[in-house]
Amino acid sequence: MKRFRRHGQESHRDRIKQELYGFNKTVEHGFPHQPSALVFSPSLQLLAIGTRSGAIKLYGAPGVEFMGLHDENAAVTQVHFLPQQVDLVTLLDDNSLHMWTLRAHHGVSELLETGRFTLTGPPGAPPSVTRVTAVLTHSSGDMLFLGTEGGHVFVVEVPGFRELEERNISLENVTNSLPEDYGGRRSLEHVESLQENPVNPRQVLIGYGRGIMVIWDLERHSAVKHIPATQQLESVWWTEDGGHVLSSHSDGSYCRWMVAGEGTQSEPEKSEVPYGHFPCKAISKIIQLPTEQGPPFLFLSGGMPRASYGDRHCISVIHSKTHVALDFTSRIIDFFVIRDGPDHTGDPSALVVLVEEELVVIDLQTEGWPVIQTPYLVPLHCSAITCSHHVSAIPLKMWERVLSAGALQNTHYSKKPWPITGGQNLSPDAPQRDLLLTGHEDGTVRFWDASGVCLYPMYKLSTAGVFLTDAEPNDNMNQCTEGEWPPFRKVGCFDPYSDDPRLGVQKIHLCKYSGYLTVAGTAGQILVLELNDEAAEQTVEATVADLLQGQEGFRWKGHTRLEVREEPVTFPPGFQPFALVQCQPPAVVTALTLHSEWKLVTFGTSHGFGLYDYQQKSNVLVRCTLNPSDQLAMEGPLSRVKSIKKSLRQSFRRIRRSRVSLRKHHVNSALLSLANARLEAELAEMELAPVQRKIEARSSDDSFTGLVRTLYFADTFLSDSSHHTPSLWAGTNGGSVFAYQLRLPPVERRSEDPVSAHPAKEIQLMHRAPVVGIVVLDGHGSPLPEPLEVAHDLARSADMQGCHQLLVISEEQFKVFTLPKVSAKMKLKLTAIDGSRVRRVGVAWFGSSRSEDYGESGLTVLTNQGDLHVVSLPGVKLQVQYPCIRREDVSGIASCVFTKHGQGFYLISPSEFERFSLSARCVVEPRSLVEVPSQTPGTTLPRAQPDGPRVMEHALLNDESE
Amino acid sequence: MNKHHRVPSNRTLSSVEVKSKFGAEFRRFSLDRSKPGRFDEFYGLLQHVHRIPNVDLLVGYADVHGDLLPINNNDNYHKAISVASPLLRLFLQRKEEADYSAFGTDSLTRPKKTVLAAVLLRPDANRKKPPVIISLPRDFRPVSSIIDVDILPETHRRVRLYKHGQEKPLGFYIRDGSSVRVTPQGLEKVPGIFISRMVPGGLAESTGLLAVNDEVLEVNGIEVQGKSLDQVTDMMIANSHNLIVTVKPANQRNNIIRSSGGGGGGGAASGSSGRSSDSGASFYGYFTPGAAIATTPAHIIQNFHPEELESDEDDEDLVIEADGEALPIPRAASASCSMPSLPRYEPHLNLRSTANGALASSTGSLSTVSTPDRGLEGRSLEEDGTLITL
Repeated sequence: MKRFRRHGQESHRDRIKQELYGFNKTVEHGFPHQPSALVFSPSLQLLAIGTRSGAIKLYGAPGVEFMGLHDENAAVTQVHFLPQQVDLVTLLDDNSLHMWTLRAHHGVSELLETGRFTLTGPPGAPPSVTRVTAVLTHSSGDMLFLGTEGGHVFVVEVPGFRELEERNISLENVTNSLPEDYGGRRSLEHVESLQENPVNPRQVLIGYGRGIMVIWDLERHSAVKHIPATQQLESVWWTEDGGHVLSSHSDGSYCRWMVAGEGTQSEPEKSEVPYGHFPCKAISKIIQLPTEQGPPFLFLSGGMPRASYGDRHCISVIHSKTHVALDFTSRIIDFFVIRDGPDHTGDPSALVVLVEEELVVIDLQTEGWPVIQTPYLVPLHCSAITCSHHVSAIPLKMWERVLSAGALQNTHYSKKPWPITGGQNLSPDAPQRDLLLTGHEDGTVRFWDASGVCLYPMYKLSTAGVFLTDAEPNDNMNQCTEGEWPPFRKVGCFDPYSDDPRLGVQKIHLCKYSGYLTVAGTAGQILVLELNDEAAEQTVEATVADLLQGQEGFRWKGHTRLEVREEPVTFPPGFQPFALVQCQPPAVVTALTLHSEWKLVTFGTSHGFGLYDYQQKSNVLVRCTLNPSDQLAMEGPLSRVKSIKKSLRQSFRRIRRSRVSLRKHHVNSALLSLANARLEAELAEMELAPVQRKIEARSSDDSFTGLVRTLYFADTFLSDSSHHTPSLWAGTNGGSVFAYQLRLPPVERRSEDPVSAHPAKEIQLMHRAPVVGIVVLDGHGSPLPEPLEVAHDLARSADMQGCHQLLVISEEQFKVFTLPKVSAKMKLKLTAIDGSRVRRVGVAWFGSSRSEDYGESGLTVLTNQGDLHVVSLPGVKLQVQYPCIRREDVSGIASCVFTKHGQGFYLISPSEFERFSLSARCVVEPRSLVEVPSQTPGTTLPRAQPDGPRVMEHALLNDESE
Repeated sequence: MNKHHRVPSNRTLSSVEVKSKFGAEFRRFSLDRSKPGRFDEFYGLLQHVHRIPNVDLLVGYADVHGDLLPINNNDNYHKAISVASPLLRLFLQRKEEADYSAFGTDSLTRPKKTVLAAVLLRPDANRKKPPVIISLPRDFRPVSSIIDVDILPETHRRVRLYKHGQEKPLGFYIRDGSSVRVTPQGLEKVPGIFISRMVPGGLAESTGLLAVNDEVLEVNGIEVQGKSLDQVTDMMIANSHNLIVTVKPANQRNNIIRSSGGGGGGGAASGSSGRSSDSGASFYGYFTPGAAIATTPAHIIQNFHPEELESDEDDEDLVIEADGEALPIPRAASASCSMPSLPRYEPHLNLRSTANGALASSTGSLSTVSTPDRGLEGRSLEEDGTLITL
């Protein structure tokens, strides 16, 4: 009976769990890592990006996003939309072709792979015969032309991928049609380009690698015309009127050829090397587009003088007298031009360039061709991300202030709306305003609107201005010296080079109610900033916190402290620094917490922690946590790395020296070979030695036991059960917890009377695992509210009647203690059971997806195995577990940040955040619909049918309509 | 037997006559009863009179009942002096050759002697049990045991290592490897975790129960199959205070062999057998209740009951209150919710408060922190030892 009842309770609990928790990876924010292909569908107004990891991503209007991943782990080399359809074809590095479609399902489109195909050549043919190098999607929408390395052109019917052998254009057909005098029958090489005549779909131009171009009539199945370019061919563009062909070549030249007339045309109408005289690099792509009145736009990618500017990544835009060489920050993958008009055949309106690290869109219709800010695909990594911080439910007032501060920074952007508008964003408005703050290596903090599907840049804060750094900020953006040739103009914001690594931001804490922000960095600097709507000129007062407290035998070998500017600095509207603490030794700040109600900031490094009163701008407390025998922590973070590097260098030198000396002294070859054999044996031994792990209990003598991992403010019962007082808690790497009782003067005397801190308790966890989180639970077992949260009526005030509990989260276990007498109440062991360790932990509130008013607090936990757990509060019981990140992805695991509502972000590449949700209620995911362009109403019909025979039906229908 | 000690000596009461025997040699001298001095002075004196300055000695004396009791600290030295009437008979042994079993065999049940017994003996030894071993506490602290012999296959060995906050490192390394398993599909090569190296002088090596190339099957009852090397490392470190490793020894020749008949009566052979002290462990599908153990490795301490030292040691976090006094965290009345809950430990050192001083001074590993009620709370010696390493 009892067992039966318990079973009933368990199933009830299981149901509640299902209503509370659910794991989804919802959307990827940022810029795809290693993009390899780009295409745009003017009819759908969607852009597609393929990556080297085999992902394909589609973007339309802000919020319209789709993502697909090929099963093959091969790079996407080409992507092509089928004209006027919602299908696209991808070509992978492994020579396979894939058909993808956007299928509507319950009113939301999904990107699905519908077919795959690999070209098969005649038996016995070398693989190069079928190796696809060029793809043309014919305007009829049902044919693919595949040019190959062997010089053949295969014709394939889509979407069914049926080879139409009788239509193939073999290399023999083409060579036979060539005039006898051409090039002495040398191989034409691979098919470099396939272009359809814009005014005559019967004609296709085949451009071969060696230069020759052949215009082929598909119906007559014969060559119409030969264009005998002599340079290695890079790309071909057929002008819109069909009258000319532009070809670009590997020597940096481009030529214009007349199409009219049959037979062979011996000379180009025009041939030019735009950056000529000296040898130039190839022009890899050429586009020419007409304008309604006036001269056409010409776009050239590359072609820079090899010797002087060979390392630049440039696209030249030439329009009438204007000639600009847009100088990008990284390698150009591809580009396209968006055109005005209902049929997208009007004047060029925007140039969209995909470079390796960002997407740049240039407004071609505004004077000066300004850049349009992208609403997605933003380069999160324009300087490497060093930390992130998420703040949920920002009050509207604060939100607007940050937005207006950000707007002032973006005046150089074009005012034009985002030109890519495909699809409809159907996702509901974000339930709340969320901010994601990322700290960067160059000392900037970027504020992102993380409420919805698009991670939109709001505001950028730079902390470098407070300090004297070697490099003066010289913004050479838009700087163009008169008469410089080529006429460079720098575009893009990707800048991975940090002036001073000490500026790197390591910890951020923002109070969303008061607008106080604290930012801590690599050189032990802690800045306190305040949101100000006006520009202000002020000096930032620096206070030094000596964390060593007279500890003997210390030798800091790391970097020096940052030098502070002594003269007043003008800070633009936004977050303006007004106080600075500099830790001594200037080790990286490892923990940081702000309490805006008490006006205190606490910070920790590997040497200790401190408490700073930013109202009175004075240190309240400095505590050294260093173990005197801990030499590694004593010497600073760099010494260990240095020593490895040094020893490697030394051993290489030794090897080299021994070889050199052997040679120098003409030692006989036997000795030399002996030495080499010994070296080889050593190397082999190094490789064969298995990876082994030492099994040893932690001890107080381990390295970095004093490193402060977590800091926490709580108003709780620290010393007796009748009076609650402000308190500060610190947890270290060595499993110690230090608790201080804080005495704050009454509000009216807050700026005169000193704040004081008194040691109250120290807890040494027996297992000595690093303490990664400290939470105080109130009488109801809920975590204490954030400072000012109650004052703003946004949280229930903490229950001060019942007994408070202290939850200490170490890497190995979760442990609940009673307060004020710290006695162990219960615990949850993690490492002892499954060998995983807590890497990230956050407190979250999970709302039920079924009933609006039910919810529970819980801990969101990420382990070193990449698994996500939810642990209930206050019972510390495992609720759910989901695998999330590969355990080898150390940086992904380290980058994870949780929200207060059960979502989270982690970096899947240096430039992309994956957003996930553990909550069944709170899910932010793209929901969008892309409809088939209206020009082909026939195709919409079979789209609504269920999966199975659709592909075939579609193919049939297309056949019929032809 | 104890009549004659009441007979007043005709000699002066202020001096104690000492007859000291080392090997076959006797030495006689006398001490001032009122000023006996300290034990280390006395020890030096003994070395001096026997002319054995560099020999480590175990000092014993015959008490009034004729029992051999040790002298190794000030307290029992003073006790020995005070009860000696008229003659204090000493028996010196070389430490390395010491025969511990000679100590105090017969008389320990007497209530008078419980003070000393408490210092030196486990409480269960109070009962009349076959050979009780007495020695200095630091000499008989267990370092390892084989457990769960009755429920494990003969090819496996479950070893428990007692770290007890001592300085000695656990001292072994593990590596990845592959082992062959019998599966329904036949023999299959599966990845496994193996011991790769022993640190000389480490705990693991000194037990002799673990060896290089032994395959690690479980850590504290959790199977390691499917877990990565790093996971197993972390599990072992998380359990390092009370590490129980189940291994498949590479050398299968020293396995414990059960009598084939299983006829019974073997229970007395080893105290560490027959008790399944780890619940939640994987069971191997059979259970031999009367399994007799034919050979037990010599270092397994007889009559040692594993569950006595069983404790969830990391409950013993240390809290220092503002006044600076260190207190081990008392266990609140709630169970841990970790998976296989280990059995509760029993106090095995029934220390009375009077014994604390002797205890503290006799064991160097213990330092000063001791609360008056600690003995009553049933803290075990070893746990306190670890506590104070802070």
